[in-house]
Amino acid sequence: MRKKELKLVITFHTTADAMAMEKACKEYHVPGRIIPVPRAISAGCGLAWCAELSEKEEIAAMMRKAGIREEEMHECMV
Amino acid sequence: MIYMDNAATTMHKPQAVIDAVAAAMGSMGNAGRGANEASLSASRVIYDTRDKLCRFFGAEDARRIVFTNNSTESLNIAIKGLLNSGDHVITTMLEHNSVLRPLYEMEKQGVKLTIIKSDGKGMFDLRDMEKAILPETKMIICTNGSNLTGNYIDIEKVGELAHNRGLLFVVDASQTAGVFPIDVQRMHVDVLCFTGHKGLLGPQGIGGMYVREGLAIRPLKSGGSGVQTYSKTHPAEMPTALEAGTLNGHGIAGLGAAIDYLNEVGIDTVREKEQRLMRKFYDGVKEIPGVKLYGDFDTFNRCAIVTLNIGDYDSSEVSDELLTEYGISTRPGGHCAPLMHEALGTVEQGAVRFSFSHYNTDEEVDTAISAIRELAQD
Repeated sequence: MRKKELKLVITFHTTADAMAMEKACKEYHVPGRIIPVPRAISAGCGLAWCAELSEKEEIAAMMRKAGIREEEMHECMV
Repeated sequence: MIYMDNAATTMHKPQAVIDAVAAAMGSMGNAGRGANEASLSASRVIYDTRDKLCRFFGAEDARRIVFTNNSTESLNIAIKGLLNSGDHVITTMLEHNSVLRPLYEMEKQGVKLTIIKSDGKGMFDLRDMEKAILPETKMIICTNGSNLTGNYIDIEKVGELAHNRGLLFVVDASQTAGVFPIDVQRMHVDVLCFTGHKGLLGPQGIGGMYVREGLAIRPLKSGGSGVQTYSKTHPAEMPTALEAGTLNGHGIAGLGAAIDYLNEVGIDTVREKEQRLMRKFYDGVKEIPGVKLYGDFDTFNRCAIVTLNIGDYDSSEVSDELLTEYGISTRPGGHCAPLMHEALGTVEQGAVRFSFSHYNTDEEVDTAISAIRELAQD
């Protein structure tokens, strides 16, 4: 298994929100990717958006602009 | 991409299924909503598929086959339409949330629920089920195959028990329809719930149920039926009673073509190939240090699923690495089977599920085995 790094992991209330996030990120050229929600955050399954910590402000601004609401923003090792 | 998430949905569909959906989309009207040629064409395709499913599952009459969106809808119809306050129902820890959640809802409405415990290999004892029967027991509902471990449940034996004790027997065939032989009459199945997009190789969004002759289910929905327009109540006749609204005719056309494909290739051939690939994968990973396997592998007459963990690694991480480093699609997490994970002790870690189709190849399985070996070494 590869070495873990500290990342920004954003969880959502629904899969539809996660998909909206991916679409918006593509549109706004915001880097990152969809990952399965790490068990350290929740055992409840689902998808999360994983990106560099340094992008946090930019992503938050983009989400506000795109009208996407996160469940939570985590900083964790993935 | 190497697709090994066939227990979630079979991604590779026969070309005939794709062609049938496309043809239907170019020609189908609304079935039962007129006598114009387009409408009749839809009605014919839909009836034809009903008939094929009737034969496929050994049902007595095509009108006992109802179309729904998926197993979840079928199970909701069966559970909410047959149980009443004061009834007792028996199920197992192997079940998917599509069985458990409707049952929990009914529990709040006064239905008494018993969940038969599973052992560490994910199996339950039929004698426990027999012991759980009460005077007010109305139904036994269980899966034909665990979506988490792949363990196969002999529904003929459960059906015999239900039949002998005068209970309704409802089967969730989500993981087995299209792969394992199902004969509803011989197996004493009163209601069979299936989805079209897994082993049946049809499109997503089409599923169905078989309802035994003489059994009336309170419908979940009422509405348009194309007949008895001036009646204030939805028709009670089957299958219309449980099919309010426009059917997914395009999906049904695809499902009909999928049944033809399965009849042509033979489900025994499909199952033997899947089971051979499963066994090859199991044999390839079972000795790898750090790999923990779940389920009962004393027999290989099981669904083509191998579920595992590597050490204490988060299953989501392993699945993500399998995808990003090796291009292998698997399913981590809880698989909508919370009680089965409880029984296996994997609630926190989840598990990585590999599920095979007869379209998978030996080379793909070899790649997956190598990937697990490499990941377990790190």
